[in-house]
Amino acid sequence: MTNHWVDIKNADVVLIMGGNAAEAHPCGFKWVTEAKAHNKAKLIVVDPRFTRSASVADYYAPIRSGTDIVFLGGLINYLLSNDKIQRDYVVHHTDLSFIVKEEFTFTDGIYSGYNAEKHSYDKSSWDYEIGADGFAKVDPTLSHPRCVYTLLKQHYARYVPEMVERVCGTPKDKMLVIWDLIASTATATRAMTIMYALGWTQHSVGSQMIRTGAMVQLLLGNIGIAGGGMNALRGHSNIQGLTDLGLLSNQLPAYIGLPLESEQDYQKFITARTLKPLRPNQLSYWQNTPKFHVSFMKAWWGDAATAENNWAYDYLPKVDKLYDMLQMYELMHQGKVNGYLAQGFNPLAAAPNKAKMTASLSKLKFLVVMDPLATETSEFWRNYGELNDVNPANIPTEVFRLPTTCFAEEDGALVNSARWLQWHWKGAAPPGEARSDIEIMAALFTRMRSLYAKEGGAFPDPILNLTWKYAQPDSPRPEELAREYSGNALKDLADPKDPTKITRKAGEQLAGFAELRDDGSTQCGCWIFCGAWGPTGNLMARRDNSDPSGIGQTLNWAWSWPANRRVLYNRASCDPSGKPYNPARTLISWNGTAWSGVDVPDFKVDENPAGGMGPFIMNPEGVARFFARGGMAEGPFPEHYEPFETPLGYNPLNPKQPQATNNPAARVFADDREQFGKVAQFPHVATTYRLTEHFHYWTKHVRLNSIIQPQQFVEIGEALAKEVGVVTGESVKVSSNRGFIKAVAMVTKRIRPLNVDGKVLHTVGVPIHWGFMGIAKPGFLANTLTPSVGDANSQTPEFKAFLVKVEKA
Amino acid sequence: MSELTRRQFLKVTGMSLVGSSLALMGFSPGEAIAEVREYKLTRATETRNTCPYCSVACGILMYGLGDGAKNAQPSIFHIEGDPDHPVNRGTLCPKGAGLIDFVHSESRLRFPEYRAPGSDRWQRITWDDALERISKLLKQDRDANFVAKTPDGVTVNRWLTTGMLAASASSNEAGYITHKVARSFGLLGFDNQARV
Repeated sequence: MTNHWVDIKNADVVLIMGGNAAEAHPCGFKWVTEAKAHNKAKLIVVDPRFTRSASVADYYAPIRSGTDIVFLGGLINYLLSNDKIQRDYVVHHTDLSFIVKEEFTFTDGIYSGYNAEKHSYDKSSWDYEIGADGFAKVDPTLSHPRCVYTLLKQHYARYVPEMVERVCGTPKDKMLVIWDLIASTATATRAMTIMYALGWTQHSVGSQMIRTGAMVQLLLGNIGIAGGGMNALRGHSNIQGLTDLGLLSNQLPAYIGLPLESEQDYQKFITARTLKPLRPNQLSYWQNTPKFHVSFMKAWWGDAATAENNWAYDYLPKVDKLYDMLQMYELMHQGKVNGYLAQGFNPLAAAPNKAKMTASLSKLKFLVVMDPLATETSEFWRNYGELNDVNPANIPTEVFRLPTTCFAEEDGALVNSARWLQWHWKGAAPPGEARSDIEIMAALFTRMRSLYAKEGGAFPDPILNLTWKYAQPDSPRPEELAREYSGNALKDLADPKDPTKITRKAGEQLAGFAELRDDGSTQCGCWIFCGAWGPTGNLMARRDNSDPSGIGQTLNWAWSWPANRRVLYNRASCDPSGKPYNPARTLISWNGTAWSGVDVPDFKVDENPAGGMGPFIMNPEGVARFFARGGMAEGPFPEHYEPFETPLGYNPLNPKQPQATNNPAARVFADDREQFGKVAQFPHVATTYRLTEHFHYWTKHVRLNSIIQPQQFVEIGEALAKEVGVVTGESVKVSSNRGFIKAVAMVTKRIRPLNVDGKVLHTVGVPIHWGFMGIAKPGFLANTLTPSVGDANSQTPEFKAFLVKVEKA
Repeated sequence: MSELTRRQFLKVTGMSLVGSSLALMGFSPGEAIAEVREYKLTRATETRNTCPYCSVACGILMYGLGDGAKNAQPSIFHIEGDPDHPVNRGTLCPKGAGLIDFVHSESRLRFPEYRAPGSDRWQRITWDDALERISKLLKQDRDANFVAKTPDGVTVNRWLTTGMLAASASSNEAGYITHKVARSFGLLGFDNQARV
């Protein structure tokens, strides 16, 4: 979230799209109710199903799953054509005036630089024109034929209401009412928030759906303001924290990418991540990367990381390609992976195409599962009839199942969707012999370290030299680890302006990332968390819920990254002179000498606005991007591509170019492509989702939840039920080209057939919560049905739009 | 009679109209007359925690028995929303409301188990045996398949034949140390639930 849960109450319009907050995030959704009751906010829901969020919405419109870019692209076209944009904001705070290279083209759904064989782009033309002074060229009048404003207008001119209706199946009259209401927030005094979740991420064009939403918000001037923002409602309690800490195949903590194989030279690696300003007097905060990276390497490898060895650069594995989950399961399927560890994760249920997962896990030599609960993954080898039809005798994998603690049995911090790090405390001991993940990882590490010390082996250095100064090496305390990722001084730090003055003594915790140095005198495991455990102690444990702002800014409750800031990009809530666009909901302002207010300024605190520094300080151009430059895999402007299992078979926006039917930059493995189904055989569009009574595959182990929602069902509309010949309560079989599930049919008015390009399409809702383990009624894992293809940027699988066939069971 | 609790007193007085005169006659239950039954929670240990399900991160209060004494085993018997929390203000959803059953779920694992190749059952093993065997398997695989350099002499120091998934509900501290260990081994096939 750019903003936070309580801030939703400041919105005048709430758009829920690609999510269903009332069902999946009920206690956060309460702030939508608050906005409606006390701020006269209007709630809009756009979703293939009439969801629980829709049931309390002021406006609801149906949409075909997987076509959100068309709906939002149409909205962009509507805002631009009717001049419903916040002009002062977009002119000063975005890249609309930037001029794009002449070589950049877009024809029939394909951008310049496409390599059809490799399904990838040479992105060199996707950039601004750079002048002789080294800065990007701009045209503040927005009239240049290649400025971003002109290109944006051209790009979305094709997304007319008739096209949106044809592709999305959304009735034009409903669409226009909604667009008009959204456009009302283009004024400086009205704010809209967008709340989304996996309904946007789990598509082969998911990242671009989210970008399109963000572009709408920029046009309306809704980013960086109270009651606005792009608010990702993350699905798990610490998925934000683990992402921040870089637990992804190509990342290090705090959004510094691992070095690529091509970056053999340390200077090349660090220079590529140290971004020089693209316009005069821009902060370009990633200029500080060397301070963040060196402090990180000191935290992990201490004295072994020196200037002479480029801060132990060789210890970092170098990346030749992305080894994300789908890639690993493909390698596993080919027999190229021997060992796998699953910590609090149930991939047999969570990854696409269960049959492929089973085959892949069966090729491992060993699997280690660490979990508080008995998961399906831990018993993938056991026969559960048609729910898990395997023969254990044919599965040679050694499996270890290690019991772990759960939340109630440990101290530590979780990062919520709003970037708040909140500390929690242990209330009881775990059952039996269960141990914490920390203890298990420490035990595995210390054993490996002694083995390498004793026997030697492949490149032992990064293991032998890993900093491990914990009081009990087998059981580091959460407090020790939190202090380590927050960071401290390794030597006395002298004030750069007055070297006789010591600003921080050796060993002291740092107050924030501005104190980090690139000479090895500071250490910090995760720079964006720097200060969470500061010189005054653990700020994550703070519990002062007072709100002197009156607009929900509880700055002394817990600690928010970065720098305890609650609304990202809040400098953009002011005009170029530093005056708030909306004085009634001021976050920060310029008082003549400094920036201050009810939030921590997302800006250089003493920077006079007259200098023209832009509010988007992480971008080298200082402004927000409509034109993504090389940042996205499939192009600088979001374009609609059909789901890989498309119910149409063509892309109505680019019907002449078959390369543009599906995401041209998606990575699809040959065996997965063969398993895609066709609409002739699988005529119904399926989409997976959550229920409010359950959490993933956990709560089927929980008595209360298993009582209130005991049995697997699928949701189908009345028209489809009639076609199939079932009534509510009867069983249906839902098949895809990868397998089938059987479930009770819930026949509902909440899903209606859509008219898409002259065709009647039925949507099938598949809740995900059942499996062959637990105390709820046994059911099929929903991912038996889902296709193995990911978003071209994130490789998040396409669970929200795929083809099935529904029959009476 | 002076030991009468309030409940007994009401029971007695409810039996007949005579009751009203009992007190007058000196059969009053004394100090207990205004006392309500003591709440179970008042003697419990209250611990603050965060709901481990979605990312709203509702504050919760966990109530446990056990007073922290050396031989007292704390056990949680009730969980409710934290009214001081600025986001959930004491409320919980149907998932959070069932948390106590998660803590005490019969599916909670209690000891390390091992499933041998081709076997159709688990066998209980000790932590030492499990950790020793896993470390050996990891080291064998790493030593056999670690890629220090590519065939064209480029230094890559990576280990691709073992992979790992990290939890999505574990703490920052668990995530941090997990990453530290995994990357020191040279693992690249390493993701968390954010990938899905």
